[in-house]
Amino acid sequence: MKRFIAAALALCALPLAAQQDAQKEIERYRQLLADGNPAELLEMRGEGLWKQKRGPKNVSLEQCDLGIGAGKIEGAYAQLPRYFADVDRVMDAESRIVHCQMSLQGFTREELTRRPYSLTQGERQTDHEALTAYVVGLSRGVKVALPQGHPKEKESYLRGEKMFFYKGGPYDFACSTCHGVDGQRIRLQDLPNFQKPDNAQRAFTTWPAYRVSQGAMRTMQWRLYDCFRQQRFPELAFLSQASVDLITYMGVKAQGGTMDSPAIKR
Amino acid sequence: MKTKILFVLCATIVIASCATVATGPKAPTDTEIVEALKSSFKETATAKIDRLDQSELQRACSIAAEIGKDLDPKVRESLQAKALAGVKYPADNKYLGDWKRGESIAQSGRGLQFSDAANTVAGGNCYACHQIDKAEISHGNIGPTLWNYGKLRGGSEPILKYTWARIWNSHAFNACANMPRFGDAGILTEAQMKDVMALLLDPESPVNK
Repeated sequence: MKRFIAAALALCALPLAAQQDAQKEIERYRQLLADGNPAELLEMRGEGLWKQKRGPKNVSLEQCDLGIGAGKIEGAYAQLPRYFADVDRVMDAESRIVHCQMSLQGFTREELTRRPYSLTQGERQTDHEALTAYVVGLSRGVKVALPQGHPKEKESYLRGEKMFFYKGGPYDFACSTCHGVDGQRIRLQDLPNFQKPDNAQRAFTTWPAYRVSQGAMRTMQWRLYDCFRQQRFPELAFLSQASVDLITYMGVKAQGGTMDSPAIKR
Repeated sequence: MKTKILFVLCATIVIASCATVATGPKAPTDTEIVEALKSSFKETATAKIDRLDQSELQRACSIAAEIGKDLDPKVRESLQAKALAGVKYPADNKYLGDWKRGESIAQSGRGLQFSDAANTVAGGNCYACHQIDKAEISHGNIGPTLWNYGKLRGGSEPILKYTWARIWNSHAFNACANMPRFGDAGILTEAQMKDVMALLLDPESPVNK
């Protein structure tokens, strides 16, 4: 943690140095951050929640089918979103976690979607964030391999692709405005170009991530929600079609990458 | 005759059942995409669902980006001409405000987000994409550098008018440009635009040192 702060201070105190120096410093800062990730605590909390008997039915989530069989979590996230026959549609990890809490534990959709993200500074991370941290953590080191064999999986990808290029709102932005060209930055933040496999892999495999500047771990659906905020679109709804389809699109673009999440970011 | 009818009937059934069993993925129609998007977003006090209704230009530029092809030259010209015709120049013919206020506007990324209150004063967020004053090292690179903008170009009337129009609606010069329409879309007020103009063009602005 000390090194952490030292690195952050070093970054703030940067002289009016050349761009390259600033870039190098930021890279160093990122490496230092990777040293210890507070999201590990959230993964542990998620594990506890997963195994605890909860909800009106008083059962745990241990029999949840995340796509590779009931009760199997290792590697499941790396194959999501995917088609689920029991609901006849494509779900991402976050949708499926909510689904399992409804079907197994008897929670209502309303109570699970009321406040999925901890949005205010210092707010306790939500159960949804903890469960997602636990599930994604068990895919660390696993290669991204979204199934695309079912027509609905392919359709999700095709919709995601259209949505990725869809310009709208008062700023005329699409996802592709910032994420369709090599080497682009907003302020000092590098932006992955999703048309490049290595870029797409780096981005997809490192979300969810602990955001140092926000002191909280953020999920992939939150990542999209916050992108659309800056894009000046209306508010992206949790579990929405666009959320799932865009994650399918990004995941397919990132096929073959190695999951390394929860990651840690500025 | 009977067998023939039976055969045709059987063949029809086989074809029909094949069609239902082996449905491949369907490419989504534009209407389906708009519907899927509209059902995926929630309105807030300031960010309404109609933000998802595309203008002619947004639609043309989305398709061009998706298929990776430039706009048809005639379409491009027509979109640019319409954008240029919509530019409103300052009535008092004064283009330069206060560069110091311009700097704060260039720094501010607030306004028009679903999380913003209705009375939020929007910024231009210019540094998100442009280098402007070199003293600010935290700048993006999606747009070109604007360092020494006025020093390099001078402050003649054509330069003032061109710069104003470019900030008002950059699509007047490049139909699918990434830069928001700061005047046209009502992001900045006329007074704010003058301040940003001063940041770029006032000889006293640090940008021109």
